[in-house]
Amino acid sequence: MAKKFMYMNTKAPYGSIYALESLEVVLIGAAFEQDVSLAFIGDGVYQLTKDQSTDGIGMKNFSPTYSALGDYDVNKIYVEKESLEERGLSLDDLQHLTWEDEDEDWAEKDSIRLVSRAELADVIDDQDVVLSF
Amino acid sequence: MATLHTVNKSPFDSSTFNECLGLAKSGSTVLLFEDGVYAATAGTKPAEAIANADGVTFAVLGPDLKARGVEGKIADGIKVVDYDGFVDLVAEHDKVHAWL
Repeated sequence: MAKKFMYMNTKAPYGSIYALESLEVVLIGAAFEQDVSLAFIGDGVYQLTKDQSTDGIGMKNFSPTYSALGDYDVNKIYVEKESLEERGLSLDDLQHLTWEDEDEDWAEKDSIRLVSRAELADVIDDQDVVLSF
Repeated sequence: MATLHTVNKSPFDSSTFNECLGLAKSGSTVLLFEDGVYAATAGTKPAEAIANADGVTFAVLGPDLKARGVEGKIADGIKVVDYDGFVDLVAEHDKVHAWL
């Protein structure tokens, strides 16, 4: 039976390896057909900013990978509203992540769900396994 | 003694930025790089603290802004420098205080 897995992303990209490692684990986990959710809180929200360009720092830009998550049935991506606001960001500053719903003739739907801290707490409470990065 | 302070940690994840700001004297320069660049983004408490830090000059490393997709969000009054500009800042100051 599939378990509910949540991956909590709490660190900015590039300054440490956590963001990239989390993404690797999520993609591996998705191959085992579990019920996967991602949450982005604190500096983790910086992982999803659009227009990342790493040519000048000699590191791989892994941000395009987030847009592939929908193809792996990873389409529940929770972003904490308070964390965005504290950083002067809004949804418009983030990548537009989508997935295609095969039950509705492959209709394109948004993957990102903007939630309050209280709402996110309820989502986390409902999980079987929580992994923090 | 003119000091160049360098900060490479996110102000939301580490106390380094606040500690640096508290101890940076008038006439010194603070260079934000790596995850430190987030302190320079508009609409945040760190950017407000920068605006209120009289006599201290602030610079931020452009390539690190671009990597993180926040180049267009930089607060007013903060100078963007490249790697050559980083070297110039080191040369222009008497010493470097690298905050960790």
